[in-house]
Amino acid sequence: MRESGGVRPGRVLGGIAAHAVLATGAVVMLAPFAWMLLTSIRPPEEVFGAVFDPIPSRFAGLENYGQALGASNLPRAMLNGVIVCCGILAVQLLTAIPAAYALARLRFRGREPLFGLVLFGLCIPIQVPALPLYIALADLRLLDTYFALMMPFFLTVFGLFLFRQSFRTYPEEILQAARLDGMSEFEIVWRLATPAALPAIAAFSVFSVVAHWNDLYWPLIVVTSSERATPALGILAFRDAETGGNYGALMAAAALITGPMIAGFLLARRAFVRGITMTGVR
Amino acid sequence: MLSSIAKSFGRNRVLEDVDLAIEPGEFLTLVGPSGCGKSTLLRIIAGLEGADRGSVAIGGRMVDRLPPDQRDVAMVFQSYALYPHMTVAGNIATPLEMRRLTLAERLPLIRLLSPRRPRVMRGIMAEVRAVAETLQIAHLLDRKPAQLSGGQRQRVALGRAMVRRPRVFLMDEPLSNLDAALRVHMRSELAELHARLGITFIYVTHDQVEAMTMSSRVALMDHGRVLQLGTPADLYDRPATLAVARFIGSPPINVLEGEADGAGGVRIDGVRLPIAHGLPAGTRITAGIRPEALHPAPGRYERPVLRARLKRAENLGAEWVLHATLTGAGEAPLVVRITAAEHDAALQAGLLGEEIALSVTPSGTHLFGADGARLPVRQREAVGAR
Amino acid sequence: MSAHSPQARMEARWGAMFAAPALLLILTILLAPVAVLIALSVTDYRLGAIAVRLVGLDNYAAMLADPVFQRSLRNTLLYVAFVLPAAVFGGLGIALLVHARIRTRTVYEVIYFLPVTSTLVAMATVWQFMLHPALGPVTPLALSLGFGRIDLLNDPDLALATLALIGIWQLIGFNMVLFLAGLSAIPRELYEAAALDGARYGADRFLRVTWPMLGPTTMFVTVTSTVTAFKVFDTVVVLTRGGPLGSTETLLYILYLEGFQYFRMGYAAAMTVVLLVFLAGLSILQARVIEPRVHYA
Repeated sequence: MRESGGVRPGRVLGGIAAHAVLATGAVVMLAPFAWMLLTSIRPPEEVFGAVFDPIPSRFAGLENYGQALGASNLPRAMLNGVIVCCGILAVQLLTAIPAAYALARLRFRGREPLFGLVLFGLCIPIQVPALPLYIALADLRLLDTYFALMMPFFLTVFGLFLFRQSFRTYPEEILQAARLDGMSEFEIVWRLATPAALPAIAAFSVFSVVAHWNDLYWPLIVVTSSERATPALGILAFRDAETGGNYGALMAAAALITGPMIAGFLLARRAFVRGITMTGVR
Repeated sequence: MLSSIAKSFGRNRVLEDVDLAIEPGEFLTLVGPSGCGKSTLLRIIAGLEGADRGSVAIGGRMVDRLPPDQRDVAMVFQSYALYPHMTVAGNIATPLEMRRLTLAERLPLIRLLSPRRPRVMRGIMAEVRAVAETLQIAHLLDRKPAQLSGGQRQRVALGRAMVRRPRVFLMDEPLSNLDAALRVHMRSELAELHARLGITFIYVTHDQVEAMTMSSRVALMDHGRVLQLGTPADLYDRPATLAVARFIGSPPINVLEGEADGAGGVRIDGVRLPIAHGLPAGTRITAGIRPEALHPAPGRYERPVLRARLKRAENLGAEWVLHATLTGAGEAPLVVRITAAEHDAALQAGLLGEEIALSVTPSGTHLFGADGARLPVRQREAVGAR
Repeated sequence: MSAHSPQARMEARWGAMFAAPALLLILTILLAPVAVLIALSVTDYRLGAIAVRLVGLDNYAAMLADPVFQRSLRNTLLYVAFVLPAAVFGGLGIALLVHARIRTRTVYEVIYFLPVTSTLVAMATVWQFMLHPALGPVTPLALSLGFGRIDLLNDPDLALATLALIGIWQLIGFNMVLFLAGLSAIPRELYEAAALDGARYGADRFLRVTWPMLGPTTMFVTVTSTVTAFKVFDTVVVLTRGGPLGSTETLLYILYLEGFQYFRMGYAAAMTVVLLVFLAGLSILQARVIEPRVHYA
């Protein structure tokens, strides 16, 4: 807000103070990332005493990252991350988009109760059905499988709610014109409504992928082998195997695990922010 | 009060060398198309924006360095800008609270420590109630803005401005959010308010009807400049430029291209209008003819008339609006406005066939030179019969 | 269109077809498990057990009497009490400062949001390294600032607070973004009206315009921050495993141990029900009580 009267000294001081506070906070926010990256390129003999001599004397990045990738199941964990996140997202979109469209635009028996269930589900965090689902999976001998990792997340009440919101704003006349042209409702969903809801779908996809890449609770419960480790489990296992050992490699591993998320964020900032704070769009 | 104001936003020159001397107690309207800079000018007066060049003086006092609340002005915004979480009473009381209580006395918990606060608040509330009664909203004092209608909200905004007893009342398109019927009603209410309070009103609108009906003087602006400053009659009867003539008046003025002929007149489309202007022959002249200055006339006539083809006749009840196009080169459109009585008479006399002849009344005709400025006229003769 | 016309019937069929998969998922992943959960909580089921016995409310009674549970509840509430004000008001403060910046705004937004997108498990590992008494920078920093030689993660009195600080670190950027959205929605004209009314100090503008208009956002941020704080788990697993001396055992961690390490399913189910009541209660509180009282301009 601009005011007349020119720049007063008080305003300049206030600006400097604000920057001081923000910059201090920024340092705290960035410190772990900086430390992680610095350590990941630091040779092992320099880890002790790193505090006093932050810049490593030689670039040991190749060794550390090489070790992180080679001597552990990190690559496997990351691959599993990709598989699991994609699998979850695919099923989520395939089931939620049509259902949300139906909830938004079609009249059918049970529509209101169904939406009531969706609202109910929004209040229930994943940790609640975890126990019974685990028992069921154990009985079916499906623990430690991709299916077990993905299954509880196939349902996304959040996605249902969000897409319904989005579909409700689609102009009715276009739908009617399409029906008159002979389009089946199925086509309408995928060829008309979905492209229009792309921003919401993109934001949701970001939210879903990030949440499941970073998830610890459920994978910790259902995964016991290292072949099925997810990214979070991967870094945990690496840490447990390396206690007292190679911090450089450990930090490299941490960088590798969280790297894709950070990279995605920096590249597609708006979509990321919209996606992760989507829970605000009620 | 305003001298040589200039203002740019980035590379956009919004205001260019604006000089306005506003009389105390008058109702001045700044009118013009969107983007002409009128709102910016108002905000500069209020202190919400700073001018790049020039200065503002209110009541003889230079206010450029003063923050908005110390300039003795009050403003009503287009969207009213009422504090949504406060009651009507709270809204109206805010300026008084700001003025009479210290910062400490306004902070949430600390203010309980002040002994004089209850007394001051009682005084404030009395004034609030008085203002509310003047505006007939006293029964709404405990409601929140969300519960009020558009017209009621506007009164609250007025109340909040009035309670400060300012020297100048600023209004930024306050009626544009109201429906048509309410707008007409509020126009007269605002005019009455002005008469009652007697303080200077500066009013911004893009609606020329509001400008013409409410103001004592009008400043027409376009592209950051004041095109003309005068009474509504001045702007209508003696427009300074073609742009002014075009903006004021509904239906808009007819604009015809012509050229000067040697004997002191204007030739339009072969028809000579003997309106003296003193320019050499051949100069391009633009003539603006008000719709009500054209009248259907018999074709065979000793005075020159404009010949046109009648396209459409609109019946507005008390008047008729005829849309026609000039026959001949150019095919310029013409709009004619006549009373219903005149229309019926002309219809009976067979004057309204496919081809019509229109006589031109000189008092409704204005001549403009190539630069758009109005040409002074020495003598006029009636053209055609009326 | 009448309710039984061919079009209406077609529409109803399509609708049911489209919704069917989602409905199936809701039944199997949401409703059935919740029902089973409540049923389990009144049994003494252990994973793999053959015989199951109904024990009524014994699990709940045992839970309330269990010192471990009581401690975990206390720890969790302490954690939330620590995190919540800092995350909410910190987020608000940062948002206010960032909102006013013009050129550096994007930079700060990115920096503060970085912890939110990162994998907490990985970053917790980094934090562990940073907090290492011999290797990390935090201990020497604390020493140079005048604090004694402290080992944050191994000190029973400080470990929970340390986890809380990391929780704040991760949450504050999220709240900042939400507050920024709320701040951007405040119409500029309100500030101008306040300026004309005499609100010259920042405190006046904040009290009269900013804070009231942020009401809904603040409520929302508070509820989501509370829910997030309640569910603290990753940092406990990575950094302390509940120690030292059980000072960082939180509800979800205890639940995890009971259900998936000791396999006392019935007991864990009862705990989950308690957790559910807390969390669902908060969500309902927001939907029913707080949001309707929000004022819209």
